[in-house]
Amino acid sequence: MWMTELPPFVPFFIGALIAAFTRGPVRSVIMLVIPIVSAIHLWLLPEGVHLQFAFLDYQLIPFRADKLSFMFGYVFHIAAFISIVYSLHVRDTTQQVAGMLYAGSGLGAVFAGDLLTLFVFWEFLAFTSVFLIWARKTPRAYIAGMRYLIIQVFSGILLLVGTLFYVTENGTLVFEYIGLEGIAGWLIFFAIGIKCAFPLMHNWLTDAYPEATPTGTVFLSAFTTKVAVYALARGYPGTELLVYVGAAMTCFPIFFAVIENDLRRVLAYSLINQVGFMVCGIGIGTALALNGAISHAFNDVIFKGLLFMSMGAVLHMTGRINGSDLGGLYKTMPKTTMLCIVGAASISAFPLLSGFVSKSMVMTAALENGFDGIWLMLLFASAGVFHHAGIKIPYFAFFAHDSGLRASDPPTNMLIAMSIAAALCIGIGVYPAALYSVLPYDTGYNPYDATHVLAQTQLLFFSALAFVWLNLRGMYPPELRSTNLDVDWTYRRFLPSILQRSASSIGKVDKAIRLSFLNGLNRFLGSLSRQQQGPSSLLSKGHPAGSMVMWVAVFLATYLLLVFIRQL
Amino acid sequence: MLAHLPILQVIVPLLAAPTCLILRKPSLVWLFTLLASASAFVISILLLQQVMAEGTLIYELGGWSAPWGIEYRIDKLNAFLALIISGVSTVVLLAAHTSLEKEIPQDRQTLFYILYLLSLTGMLGIVTTGDAFNVFVFLEISSLSAYALIALGKDRRALWASFQYLIMGTIGATFILIGIGLMYQMTGTLNMADLASRLPEVPQSRTLFTAYAFFIVGVCLKLALFPLHLWLPNAYAYAPSIVTAFFAATSTKVAIYLLIRFTFSVFGVEFSFSVLPLETLFLALGLLGIFVASTTAIYQNNVKHVFAYSSVAQIGYMIVGFSMATSAGLTATLLHLFNHALMKSALFLALGAVVYRIGSAELNDFRGLGRQMPLTMTAIVIGGLSLIGIPLTVGFVSKWVLVVAAIENGWWPVAALILLGSLLAVVYVWRIVETAYFKTPEPGRKPVKEAPITFLAPVWILVSANIYFGIDTRLSVEVAQAAAESLFGVSP
Repeated sequence: MWMTELPPFVPFFIGALIAAFTRGPVRSVIMLVIPIVSAIHLWLLPEGVHLQFAFLDYQLIPFRADKLSFMFGYVFHIAAFISIVYSLHVRDTTQQVAGMLYAGSGLGAVFAGDLLTLFVFWEFLAFTSVFLIWARKTPRAYIAGMRYLIIQVFSGILLLVGTLFYVTENGTLVFEYIGLEGIAGWLIFFAIGIKCAFPLMHNWLTDAYPEATPTGTVFLSAFTTKVAVYALARGYPGTELLVYVGAAMTCFPIFFAVIENDLRRVLAYSLINQVGFMVCGIGIGTALALNGAISHAFNDVIFKGLLFMSMGAVLHMTGRINGSDLGGLYKTMPKTTMLCIVGAASISAFPLLSGFVSKSMVMTAALENGFDGIWLMLLFASAGVFHHAGIKIPYFAFFAHDSGLRASDPPTNMLIAMSIAAALCIGIGVYPAALYSVLPYDTGYNPYDATHVLAQTQLLFFSALAFVWLNLRGMYPPELRSTNLDVDWTYRRFLPSILQRSASSIGKVDKAIRLSFLNGLNRFLGSLSRQQQGPSSLLSKGHPAGSMVMWVAVFLATYLLLVFIRQL
Repeated sequence: MLAHLPILQVIVPLLAAPTCLILRKPSLVWLFTLLASASAFVISILLLQQVMAEGTLIYELGGWSAPWGIEYRIDKLNAFLALIISGVSTVVLLAAHTSLEKEIPQDRQTLFYILYLLSLTGMLGIVTTGDAFNVFVFLEISSLSAYALIALGKDRRALWASFQYLIMGTIGATFILIGIGLMYQMTGTLNMADLASRLPEVPQSRTLFTAYAFFIVGVCLKLALFPLHLWLPNAYAYAPSIVTAFFAATSTKVAIYLLIRFTFSVFGVEFSFSVLPLETLFLALGLLGIFVASTTAIYQNNVKHVFAYSSVAQIGYMIVGFSMATSAGLTATLLHLFNHALMKSALFLALGAVVYRIGSAELNDFRGLGRQMPLTMTAIVIGGLSLIGIPLTVGFVSKWVLVVAAIENGWWPVAALILLGSLLAVVYVWRIVETAYFKTPEPGRKPVKEAPITFLAPVWILVSANIYFGIDTRLSVEVAQAAAESLFGVSP
């Protein structure tokens, strides 16, 4: 072996280091070579534990490879490669380095064999990705990034606390099936839930992703949520609660997505919707369902990446992303339009495209295991996806009314990245056996039988019909310049306004949170803080020796008193 | 030679101190001091190896057997402490020559090294001796030299800080002496091992309880247990930078050693925890210390003050571990002793480098330092992360072991409070990071250069140790665990 068992994150971290000190074509070449070399290395690796060492009384396993991690490892390499190609024109070193580190952290997390390593990469994911949001360099992006970071770090803390409990309950750190038993299971579940964008915990995603740079969002869409899906698949397969959570995740974003104007935010909602299918599959927990969830994660990374790339291209070329500002771009951006339609058709699960071969597995598994109601919800969600992601995105960006914008197709590297993704979408859709062969379980599933194809095609045509009819009758919600209120309104507006009224302190989110924290402490400590802790008093005179001695006397007296009370 | 290691541990720095007077020339004295400290370090490594392999070493001074003569008794705990003290002392000394250039006039530098060696002798003496009265003697040696060392600070407030420390330290030492005296009165012996066997036999009289109370209060004063910590921040802030780096890592640790030694070995855990409600008392004071001192640290404008208060908070963590009265809790305390020594020496030495360049440790003067002194500031950031308890640093290992011990003990709220305390550390560390990296320096201030290599090398040795022992925990955890278990009489 030439590079024996190097953890997959290592080449990426080295790449990030090199990218920090190189410029121009050299950097481009290095950044392109690293995912390729690393992918070949991964392909040649056997399964098993490749690296472990003792930490305190436990075994740390920074590198464990089994079928589940391999699956995510492959797709992360593909995603990293496509994203790097897509962002080759970017000169900003911060973004390039952050992208590499972020991809590496994602790989580190899925190959982590113990909870502590997972936690480390969990936090790495948060701290590296936030730079992709901040790189937009607008105050709005800065604040959104800060909110994103706080929520992500909080998820990490939950994971750490859960791990601590897990260790005391089980005496081991190895990351295997956890289940919802005991406090540790719940804590880790919520930690993953935040990263996975469970309902009511999903707002960081729709808040922050659309604020990132055009290239940054492509990176972001691939890793964070998929790491969470991986963690769920590893720790909580067959947890029934997940079936309902997942079904809710598939349905509720549809309503937001349909009325949302910012097209990248529409995609962010549809990302939650797709993750819902995966969560649901993990919850069902049979071999077929898990296969479906994992392969859907695999495909979602690619087609969602493709959609984010096409919208990124639009944003890059026109500087606009709101549906109400766009339209008619197909005349001048024909290639982007075609590629976007491939992505849209994939996510809508058209037969012969990648979405179809994975999503139908989850739905079949739901039916087979008697989750009929859930199956109906998923069916509704499928129609909804087609509506908001399959039709709305291409329609409002490239067709609809002519906005008068005459932007040309984006730079070649962007087109190449999109073409690779589109080719994968079609390739997997036409020849799903390639994907199925790397799945963890062998189920002999065949997506192309009459029932599946017919049911899906019917569904798609009827919802297309609905869209056309609604649009012609003028009943379809028009694209308006408006802000949709989601649950995050409670913590971004409602709670602050209440607090403002009562405490008048929380204003701007970043600094103000800290300031108000200090203010709170100040008030809590009251005069004590000013007398004893204020810097001026300390610097100027210090504590008189007398007061110190008094404390000693008080201390001794207390001790003696306690001693004698105890002896009574 | 090997048989005499226990006494050499103390004798080497003790004899080196007067020798410095002969050498006179500061740079020569510095080299000699460094050599003496390094030999003490090597001796402590050998001792630790020997103790881990063969068990407790007993050395009789002058051939007089205990309890008539004085004996030095090295077990895992002593050897561990000696290693921390001599190790930190040696690394810190590497930077001393450069640092003193700016902080102490030429003619006083020789004196400085003499005092430094005496202080080192005192601390090593406390941790190696097996005789209670000897403890007091060495305590006075280390304290008296410490007062003088602090008074050497450039700032005139150093005198005042030193004077206050003198008053408090003397009261503490007196209390310890009263405690030892009462023990002697009850048992007629001063040898610790002998005391341990005789104390259970004497009637449980008030004298004995009073002895314990006096001793504990004296030690608590020395270790700066909240609220007896008031002497500490100014003493650390105004002392010469080298002294601060050395003391912050060692002096309170020695007092914690005394607390552990007398509570667990001499009086015995049952007696100690039944005479006083130590469990609740120390838990409450430890937690209060963590929160009050950390909040106070947030308000400070002088970075040395920030870290001095943070030291008080860190002592709180050690005391919380102690209060559990379990082997796991004590392991956490000992481990944090080691790890905190690494963090604080790194931080204060890096601050020394900043003071060397800009002449002050005021937070306002840190503006723009992130770009001007990148290596020094990175060291401070890593030290700060370690203080917070970020994974891959020693701080994480300490917190981990402590929280696990608390959960094992069923003290879930305590575990939560410990984690909450770390968040306060985030706030005061972030203030420094924000100032150094995100604020522009005052217009008109001359840009400063990176610290000289003589500073950077020892700083980065300590920072690397922070990371190394955060990943490879074998040495620190094994020794701490073995020491804790031997104190509980459970042989590993």
